Amino acid sequence: MIGELRSRTPDGPIDEKWESHKFNMKLVNPANKRKFEIIVVGTGLAGASAAATLGELGYKVKAFTYHDSPRRAHSIAAQGGINGAKNYQNDGDSVHRLFYDTVKGGDYRSRESNVHRLAEVSLNIIDQCVGQGVPFAREYGGLLDNRSFGGAQVSRTFYARGQTGQQLLLGAYSALMRQVSAGTVELHTRSEMLDLIVHEGTAQGIVVRDLITGDIRSHTAHAVVLATGGYGNVYYLSTNAMMCNVTAGWRAHRRGALFANPCYTQIHPTCIPASDEFQSKLTLMSESLRNDGRIWVPREHDEVRSASDVPNIDRYYYLEEKYPSFGNLVPRDVASRNAKTVVDQGLGVGDLKNGVYLDFADAIARDGEDSIRERYGNLFQMYERITGEDPYKTPMRIYPATHYTMGGMWVDYELMSNVPGLFVVGEANFSDHGANRLGASALMQGLADGYFVLPYTIGNYLAPLLGQDPLSENDATCGNVVNEVAERTQKWLSINGTRSVDWFHRELGKLVWNYIGMERDKNGLEKALSEIPALREEFQKDVRVLGSGDSLNSSLEKVGRVADFFELAELKARDALEREESCGGHFRTESQTPEGEALRDDENFAHVAAWEWGGSSDTSILHKEELEFEHVPLTQRSYK
Amino acid sequence: MENTMTLTLKVWRQNGPTETGRFETYKVDDISPDMSFLEMFDVLNESLINSGEEPIEVASDCREGICGTCGCMINGRAHGPEKATATCQLHMRKFKDGDTIVVEPWQAASFPVIKDLVVDRSPLDRIIEAGGYITVPTGSAPDANLIPVPKDAADTAFDAAACIGCGACVAACPNSAAQLFTSAKVQHLNLLPQGQAERWSRTEDMVETMEEYFGSCTNHGECHEACPKEIPLDFIAYTNRDYVKSKRKNRKLLGQIS
Repeated sequence: MIGELRSRTPDGPIDEKWESHKFNMKLVNPANKRKFEIIVVGTGLAGASAAATLGELGYKVKAFTYHDSPRRAHSIAAQGGINGAKNYQNDGDSVHRLFYDTVKGGDYRSRESNVHRLAEVSLNIIDQCVGQGVPFAREYGGLLDNRSFGGAQVSRTFYARGQTGQQLLLGAYSALMRQVSAGTVELHTRSEMLDLIVHEGTAQGIVVRDLITGDIRSHTAHAVVLATGGYGNVYYLSTNAMMCNVTAGWRAHRRGALFANPCYTQIHPTCIPASDEFQSKLTLMSESLRNDGRIWVPREHDEVRSASDVPNIDRYYYLEEKYPSFGNLVPRDVASRNAKTVVDQGLGVGDLKNGVYLDFADAIARDGEDSIRERYGNLFQMYERITGEDPYKTPMRIYPATHYTMGGMWVDYELMSNVPGLFVVGEANFSDHGANRLGASALMQGLADGYFVLPYTIGNYLAPLLGQDPLSENDATCGNVVNEVAERTQKWLSINGTRSVDWFHRELGKLVWNYIGMERDKNGLEKALSEIPALREEFQKDVRVLGSGDSLNSSLEKVGRVADFFELAELKARDALEREESCGGHFRTESQTPEGEALRDDENFAHVAAWEWGGSSDTSILHKEELEFEHVPLTQRSYK
Repeated sequence: MENTMTLTLKVWRQNGPTETGRFETYKVDDISPDMSFLEMFDVLNESLINSGEEPIEVASDCREGICGTCGCMINGRAHGPEKATATCQLHMRKFKDGDTIVVEPWQAASFPVIKDLVVDRSPLDRIIEAGGYITVPTGSAPDANLIPVPKDAADTAFDAAACIGCGACVAACPNSAAQLFTSAKVQHLNLLPQGQAERWSRTEDMVETMEEYFGSCTNHGECHEACPKEIPLDFIAYTNRDYVKSKRKNRKLLGQIS
């Protein structure tokens, strides 16, 4: 049983907390760092930057990825940019403003102290990446260019064409490979973490399956860092990569780590709508497109004219009309919900009437096609390749899709979970985005955690352990966990039911999207809580996994991930049911303003909901971390 | 659905690196032109599972052409018939009803088959490890705007940095050379002011590591034709130039010549 949740946020003025905490934390002497072993799971922005930095510091690091190379992690697909409060554009940006915007954008459900630290280190991240050779966009004078992104009132976003995530990840990957070459990081590719080893109350290792040979073994260390990304694929269709999953975090959850705010999911407004039943994933079109594209639907339900033939008077520019000040640049949650509203009203466009227009005709008329091509050429090309339509001539069709998960493993100020020795960084933790993440903040948080926060805070945990060896891999605890994993793996192969893993994943996804999607209500969430377990039972009896456990078998990899999604989905529904307010990406229809905006209930819900595994999926125990807002006054968000 | 296609697929199946492989023929129906090539494989795999046959292993992850995980030879061409397109972004509207499509794994001695269409491309990581980085330990970088980089240099560096490391260049090359992959990374870093300190050691180390694993370039240009990011061939020329220079520069740095 867990006592009161303590965030261990340091005292003092908000802008001095991190500085003074860095001084107060215990240090590990440079000569002693090599005596400590650290496991890092995941090699995306957070994992690669953490492993590289820990290696540089002299720790003995083991990095694990289920990909064939660290460079494949899904951070690579982030398009738009990364925020940094550099104020290079002299437009009044500052650390405090980035802090303020992030807390407000998160709809007051994040921890102020963490967000302030994030804004502080955003400056160092940009320096670090430029030093690594990340080719950010530049002005003709050779200095860095910035743009305003996702509704920010200042231009603080650094970008590398539409491939910012790729370039940042390749930077972190190159730093990681430098340490692999230096021998400080031992890299394990095609190795999937399937369980956490907790010994005498602390995290001391992981159990890993080699995806090529099927070999299951333990690895132990003084501390374990999870950098394993988000859980968006619980929806089946999302902008996540095919292999993204919650398994590492969920297995840690089942070993005692708290899972915070699972109901917070970001549904990104600008994705390409599904074309048919066989759709395997959804593709994001960068939010930067909203800077120049105008969003509209026809005013009439039975509009049959092609988009360019619909005169202005018959077009409903719903964001511009409802939010004259922010217009098409309202935050993601607001843009998404409004798209759903008009599509639900039957005003959708496209053959399936499942999208809204994002129209560049005015921007092309104003700035010329060349200039639009310069800004968005690669995105337009990607759109055309997928849909077969030319967005220079006809408006894009877009619709919201699951994109990012703000919830995740609960961590304290030092990014350590409630299980001592288990740290969680990047999207996998819950810490910085509250109930809604602002554009260009995910890359910032991943790199902040990995380059500039964890490498300091982990020393504070490790310092007192000097002289202790890591747990022996021959210890009975390791053997027991290895056996459990092997049994689970074997169990899936022996069911030999009638339906594929994908079939169950698709059906689960439909339930999660319908009941825990852009709008939730009590009735639907209660249905989710009865239908998800029923489907899970069928899954456990009737799933068919062919082949063997001792060679590459992607169905076998997937079945375990889907099993964990089933349990997470249930917790997500429970969390959404419990949170009887609307905030950010969590919209309860029972809690809205007269204008239909999300209505928070700060009196009862200004807390982090951190769930403890209770032994089965319906016995989870809720713990609350109360949030205090001393520096950003709680107000109703308004983008009118 | 209107305009659906029926296709015949001849797919390479191989149980493991040392096993003998073979082509198997499959028929797929009701393929929509809006489906991606890999979604067509999802449909085929689901029907194989339903009929009790092991699904085909085919690598893919992001399915938006950026992670570099996917890639097969489609009708003898790396990533298939559409130019500048990774396998996952190839859509079925590029094929016709009744077509026969031959699908094989990347073919290169340095990329052994793991299973079916999945190969081991880890030698590419060894090349990066040899010098595909700028040594800037975390926290040691100066202010980002301290060193202006001319826009043209930054843009050209970006053209090189766009490489997704899929290995199509190697698969398409009659010599299985990795010149395009290697020179993309070498030139991304060599073109930037930040990359100058290690320019000559990087070039020598990366090129020589490449040569341990891969064949030699004889200027066919197939790599560029197959590249989903259209990395220009010029970078190979720049790298050859840098490599020749590096032989002298590196010896000079060591004091071996004046």
